[in-house]
Amino acid sequence: MSFQPVKFYQTGTFTVGNRLLPPEERSVQSDSKRFNSINSGHRACQGCGEALGARYAIDAAMEAADGRIIAANATGCLEVFSTPYPETSWQIPWIHSLFGNTAAVATGIAAALKVKGKTGTRVVAQGGDGGTTDIGFGCLSGMFERNDDVLYICYDNGGYMNTGVQRSSATPAAARTSTTPAVGAEPGNVFGQGKFLPAIAMAHDIPYVATATVADLRDLEAKVTRAMEIRGARYIHILVPCPLGWGTASHDTIRMARLAKETGIFPVFEAEHGEIKSVLAIRRPLPVEDYLRPQKRYAHLFGKQPRIDVIAHLQAQADRNIRKYGLQARKGGH
Amino acid sequence: MDKPFAITLDPGSSLANHTGSWRTFRPEYLDRLPPCNATCPAGENIQGWLFHAESGDYEAAWRSLTENNPLPAIMGRVCYHPCEGACNRQHVDSSVGINSIERFLGDEAIKRNWQFMKPATQSGKKVLVVGAGPSGLAAAYHLARLGHAVEIQEAGPYAGGMMRFGIPKYRLPREVIEAEVQRIVNLGVTLKLDAKVSSIEESMQAGKFDAAFLAVGAHIGKRAYIPAGTAAKMVDAISVLRSMEGEDKPMLGRRVVVYGGGNTAIDVARTVKRMGAEPIIVYRRTRDKAPAHDFEIEEALQEGVMVKWLSTIKQAEEGEITIEKMALDDKGFPQPTGEFETLAADSVVLALGQDVDLGLLEGVPGLEVKNGTVQVGPNMMTGHPGIFAGGDMVPSERTVTVAVGHGKKAARHIDAWLKGTTYAPPPKHELAGIEKLNTWYYSEAPHVVRPMLDILRRQSSFDEVVQGLDESNALFEARRCLSCGNCFECDNCYGVCPDNAVIKLGPGKRFKFNFDYCKGCGVCVAECPCGAIKMVAEEN
Amino acid sequence: MLKQMEGSRAVAEAVALCRPEVICAYPISPQTHIVEALGEMVKEGALASCEFINVESEFAAMSVAIGASAAGARSYTATASQGLLYMAEAVFNAAGLGLPIVMTVANRAIGAPINIWNDHSDALSQRDSGWLQLFAETNQEALDLHIQAFRLAEELSLPIMVCMDGFILTHAFERVDMPTQEQVDAYLPAYSPRQVLDPDEPVSIGAMVGPEAFMEVRYLAHAKQMEALKLIPAYAAEFKAVFGRDSGGLMHTYRSEDAETIIVAMGSVLGTIKDTVDEMRDSGHRIGVLGITCFRPFPVAAVADALRQAKRFVVLEKSMAIGLGGILAVNVRMAVTGMGLKGYTVVAGLGGRAITMKSLHALFRQGEKDELEPVTFLDLDWKAVNKQLEREKAHRRSGPVAEALLRDVGIVGARNY
Repeated sequence: MSFQPVKFYQTGTFTVGNRLLPPEERSVQSDSKRFNSINSGHRACQGCGEALGARYAIDAAMEAADGRIIAANATGCLEVFSTPYPETSWQIPWIHSLFGNTAAVATGIAAALKVKGKTGTRVVAQGGDGGTTDIGFGCLSGMFERNDDVLYICYDNGGYMNTGVQRSSATPAAARTSTTPAVGAEPGNVFGQGKFLPAIAMAHDIPYVATATVADLRDLEAKVTRAMEIRGARYIHILVPCPLGWGTASHDTIRMARLAKETGIFPVFEAEHGEIKSVLAIRRPLPVEDYLRPQKRYAHLFGKQPRIDVIAHLQAQADRNIRKYGLQARKGGH
Repeated sequence: MDKPFAITLDPGSSLANHTGSWRTFRPEYLDRLPPCNATCPAGENIQGWLFHAESGDYEAAWRSLTENNPLPAIMGRVCYHPCEGACNRQHVDSSVGINSIERFLGDEAIKRNWQFMKPATQSGKKVLVVGAGPSGLAAAYHLARLGHAVEIQEAGPYAGGMMRFGIPKYRLPREVIEAEVQRIVNLGVTLKLDAKVSSIEESMQAGKFDAAFLAVGAHIGKRAYIPAGTAAKMVDAISVLRSMEGEDKPMLGRRVVVYGGGNTAIDVARTVKRMGAEPIIVYRRTRDKAPAHDFEIEEALQEGVMVKWLSTIKQAEEGEITIEKMALDDKGFPQPTGEFETLAADSVVLALGQDVDLGLLEGVPGLEVKNGTVQVGPNMMTGHPGIFAGGDMVPSERTVTVAVGHGKKAARHIDAWLKGTTYAPPPKHELAGIEKLNTWYYSEAPHVVRPMLDILRRQSSFDEVVQGLDESNALFEARRCLSCGNCFECDNCYGVCPDNAVIKLGPGKRFKFNFDYCKGCGVCVAECPCGAIKMVAEEN
Repeated sequence: MLKQMEGSRAVAEAVALCRPEVICAYPISPQTHIVEALGEMVKEGALASCEFINVESEFAAMSVAIGASAAGARSYTATASQGLLYMAEAVFNAAGLGLPIVMTVANRAIGAPINIWNDHSDALSQRDSGWLQLFAETNQEALDLHIQAFRLAEELSLPIMVCMDGFILTHAFERVDMPTQEQVDAYLPAYSPRQVLDPDEPVSIGAMVGPEAFMEVRYLAHAKQMEALKLIPAYAAEFKAVFGRDSGGLMHTYRSEDAETIIVAMGSVLGTIKDTVDEMRDSGHRIGVLGITCFRPFPVAAVADALRQAKRFVVLEKSMAIGLGGILAVNVRMAVTGMGLKGYTVVAGLGGRAITMKSLHALFRQGEKDELEPVTFLDLDWKAVNKQLEREKAHRRSGPVAEALLRDVGIVGARNY
């Protein structure tokens, strides 16, 4: 009989761990002795995607660097909820300087390590989408352009959540924020604005650019691991749903990230030297409406008179992503 | 390091901040009842034994399985597996082939000569089991494991009861029955063949038995009045099947009409087909209304069995019968049409159901017999203290699996009765329906189809039609289990907690929550693939 | 070793002798020659074990220095004027984090109107940033102050700006005594950071501090600066022992022993002032000079002591608190509170306006006679100013001020008076 090879492990690599997999093939997060780089007791909201994404990413980086990571952190939720005096959640050497200078601070750390010959210690910079795509963009672009030996991780939750959910240049079209209220003829964030930083990062020709979400842990860890194998400027953009800003249930954080990927709204891929090397194909295709509907920031699209036109526009954006990045579901899944 | 005040902090010091105080709901681990377990008439913990099979520990899987059912090799062949009908995986792709894995485990146990563990102590009590069919064997097995001395008295020359006399070899090879019965005998059960119990009271007194379990099968074919000429050959199906087990094979001629639409009708038709005859099944209703399982009808049709749907036999004569066409009315009942047809028939086999011979109960005080079955209480005890009954004898669906379930249930109550206590089954867990699961996490994996014997050999031999899985595809199939409602240690809760508030206790020990830090976000519940966590409101 | 060289070059060589490990550079006049020289030294290998990073802004320059310093590297950058303001957020941050970065500020005016020439507006805008601020009078002192600054900064874990007048010092070719590497090594120990980002001993640097501790943090920064008031003279004395010359310190007095009038100033203008005072002393005036080297921390007690015997002081400063008058003057006035001294503020030399001995003679004589206004604007073109004021009174939309003034004084384009 010619059936599937026996190597089928019930959940494969979709789950965090898998008792049927050899330990070395399990995720960093499944390890009972994982680093917990960001420890319990942090003050993130219930179900915070950023807290989760940061632990996923930094733990993976720690694993790849044998525990020798220094992190620079932009001002924002992650910084505020992790280090209010007198307690810090970080278990790694960590510095917060300013909102807009994280990439440059990381450059300085990398330069110090280089000049002192401590090349085994690696530098990660991290910030939210505001600190990355807006106020920190100049320093980030400079770091990219000089190809400094820094892995920059952006935790994208689509807005300035720490200050009360204002629009950033990563806020998606039609989304309601405090500064793009759901009023007027074109409620929510306007179409035709905003920027997709991974593409801009790729335009810098840096060695590695990737996107990921908190819904695909193994993919995220693989990308951090890959990034850590490379020297020079690297960028990983992680979609981290925000229950507060998106108006979603705290238990839906991972589900929302999954929907963003499965609808094509958020393309998940990796690129080296400006060229896309792989994409995470859609597994169970869904219309964008499935992603939009659970989020209160899109509630104005589903009122008494649903904004079918706006939903169609967003669907077109997703369809474009699917075409552009080749995200179409493949037979047999992953 | 001389740290600057306030702006430089010691690592991990946030542990002092117990965010658990934010919580209004808390997650709790629980075991939910998988639909397969919920529907298994034998009360098997299917998810439980699949868990071991998934890791390739087949002996542990088999031992887990036989906690409830001592006949997996038989069950893996003849059970109509309602578990697969309930399996949540059908909502993902297709149900897990539980029955095929059960058979694999049963066959593996025979191949490797795995034996049951004998009880540590003996109770000193003696129990008589009447009938070595599935119900009697199951009861004997469970009673023996509970430390009681068990004697089975079987009227026939072989053990197996209706499994032997009612199920053809091509579905259940006899050596499989022999092997599983022998293993029960090896456990210390006394099996007496050709030992018909005529009076249960006398037999109990003679053997000084403390209790009895009656498990006599339905061996008597039901008759129906069909006007027939003296030369017409009419036999009942169960006699035909029974005679297949002896030296005297039935003489039915070439053209055999089988009357009925149940599984026995199919079995007898397929049996005579293998003997070179040309069977035609006559059934008064349609295929979808037939009580036989559709897959059995399909296999029969593949093998060349003919069927006249919507037909009744009006008259039987030598060499031919007259049938009347029927039509279904609004309510789905067949009504005569007045259209008649003649069929050549050397014999007519009536497959219209069976009855149990209840002769052994005569004179027993307190017993109640209604519609040919013995009435029992919820504890399987008849109106006569110490006499329990199960299987075909009691009002219930008559399948091997139901019978095995009766045996187990009765054994537990007999055990309690012998100790002067009552057996209270543990409360059932809530059902793990598909809505409790997050099926995203399960890999795509199509169902492994069991191979079938080629059609020519099916039509001409009694070789087993449905083949077993080999180790690799049995393992694959076992791993298709979603482990509904029961933690399978996938680490998802441990991984997805934004607050590191899940403690991993190590292999086999599952997880616990660290309520000092759990904020009650519920991500673990939402992302648990198998629905083994729930949220409950905090009291204060 | 005596050398004739440009001020910028002298500072660059002195910085190099201090073995900096990370230098970040962004061009802005008039500091550019310093980092150009350092960049060349790194590239050719003369300055080994040093990372020279061309950044994309002053904000990044200070930020790179913050990261490097926090990771334990001796870090240096230089800036001026708009650049200092552009990095202002990071300037405050470096001080708040207690990172001993040394930065040269080649003092230059702040726009608008844009102006590349010297005054002290840039550095003084950062006077409350938490940085120590040292002002050099000469190229020799600029050179020497950098060597002292690294030692002082690292001892205190506080950043230091060494301020030198743009163009006047940075671009002036003068003779300097360049110390040897051995001398500098003897004076300046290797950087041993108070706190460092290190995987072997992780800490979180830069926590968010709320009302419960913020004031204490700020007070501690103040207390640290107060410590510098003791360390600076001590390090200057040690400097003299190693290098053989007086340089640095909190301040210097000049011919002030029996002076009734003391002129207070910072930076290179002290040279012109001293020349003027010399001439006045020759003609019997009891006038002296107080040159402030250390503006932050402000040496309140020492200034009070220096002025105690005088009858009046005149603060001549290249900076201005618009809407009030002087900046340095306010600091000096605070030092002499309750001493009954007459004090005058003179705002001079803004945007590179020349300060001539002729003007100073007239000014100081007026001062001696207590004929000065509380705030004087030296060599202000009152005619042009008044004309513009009239114009503005007459017309709501009177047009661009700077252009109008240039028209009024009859020039197009800038000219050094």
